[in-house]
Amino acid sequence: MLSQGHHHHQHDHSHDEPDAGRLVRIEQELLGKNNAYAMQNRAYFKEHNIFVLNLVSSPGAGKTTLLVETIKTLKDRIPIAVIEGDQQTEHDADRIRATGTPAVQINTGRACHLDAHGIGHAVMDLGAQDNSLLAIENVGNLVCPSSFDLGEAHKVVVLSVTEGDDKPLKYPDMFHAADLMLINKTDLLPYVDFDIERCIDYARRVNPDIQIIRLSSTQGENFSAWTDWLLAQMQALA
Amino acid sequence: MHELSLLENVREILESHAQSQNFAKVTRVTLEIGKLSCVEPEALRFGFDVVMQGSLAEGAELVITEASGIGLCRQCGRQSVIETLYDPCAECGCPYVDVVQGAEMKIKDLIVI
Repeated sequence: MLSQGHHHHQHDHSHDEPDAGRLVRIEQELLGKNNAYAMQNRAYFKEHNIFVLNLVSSPGAGKTTLLVETIKTLKDRIPIAVIEGDQQTEHDADRIRATGTPAVQINTGRACHLDAHGIGHAVMDLGAQDNSLLAIENVGNLVCPSSFDLGEAHKVVVLSVTEGDDKPLKYPDMFHAADLMLINKTDLLPYVDFDIERCIDYARRVNPDIQIIRLSSTQGENFSAWTDWLLAQMQALA
Repeated sequence: MHELSLLENVREILESHAQSQNFAKVTRVTLEIGKLSCVEPEALRFGFDVVMQGSLAEGAELVITEASGIGLCRQCGRQSVIETLYDPCAECGCPYVDVVQGAEMKIKDLIVI
């Protein structure tokens, strides 16, 4: 410990003027605490062989419907649990529970994203099974959730064709952070002005490694490409 | 507005150093924010005074140094300055560039009494 009241020269200070204060080097990540919790979560998920996806999108891209259809397709093959993030209401968790799948709702209140600490608690509340799939549906927001590692294996960004095809350029951080982009609601392509090739080109400029699957959750078009991807990732991890 | 959560982290970090580094007041906080991070320096400035109220850093000066974005081209292997995550390589025009600098969000140092 340092003695009180006097500056000694082993301190890291830049000059000796008493009133100017001294310099303390910190060099610490602003998200260091979140990242530490995310590492804890990741270690827990690894130990219990829980495959975790963090689903992100703008509001209304179809994350909950995608999850409900995914659960219907896979629930007889693998145990699934869901963490739902919204600012308010239990609506989404109720939709998941209606399929017979356990779900915990996190209401973030005024916050615009889920964080790793909250996920750690939700996983305990949920009692997620070993060798299972855990889907985290993040708050509908293409900005803030991109910065917060939750301990997931992959971020999956859902973009629907009723949005603009230039979203990857408008919100590059999220497409940069995601490993997979699902282009959802492809059944509506004939009715909207959405250039799917342009969208893919934009996404690859932001993230050359991003994988892309086009599908329709409600009509089932190409839905198996998504569930196949999911099962293959789980197998690779196990 | 995750800038507010980030500022709350700043406050926690500097409070966690107060005892070990033996200080009671912070008069200046220097942050390094990369140009390609998704943080808006203006929003940090806007929220800083409010979040630091009642803390060791109440009334402290906020200095933000902005680290420029640097990308490494997947085609020609050269580095160039990029302003956005989707800028092409400035050397060869290839659209596929990996970020090597500019994503930082750090507290660099403090001036303390």
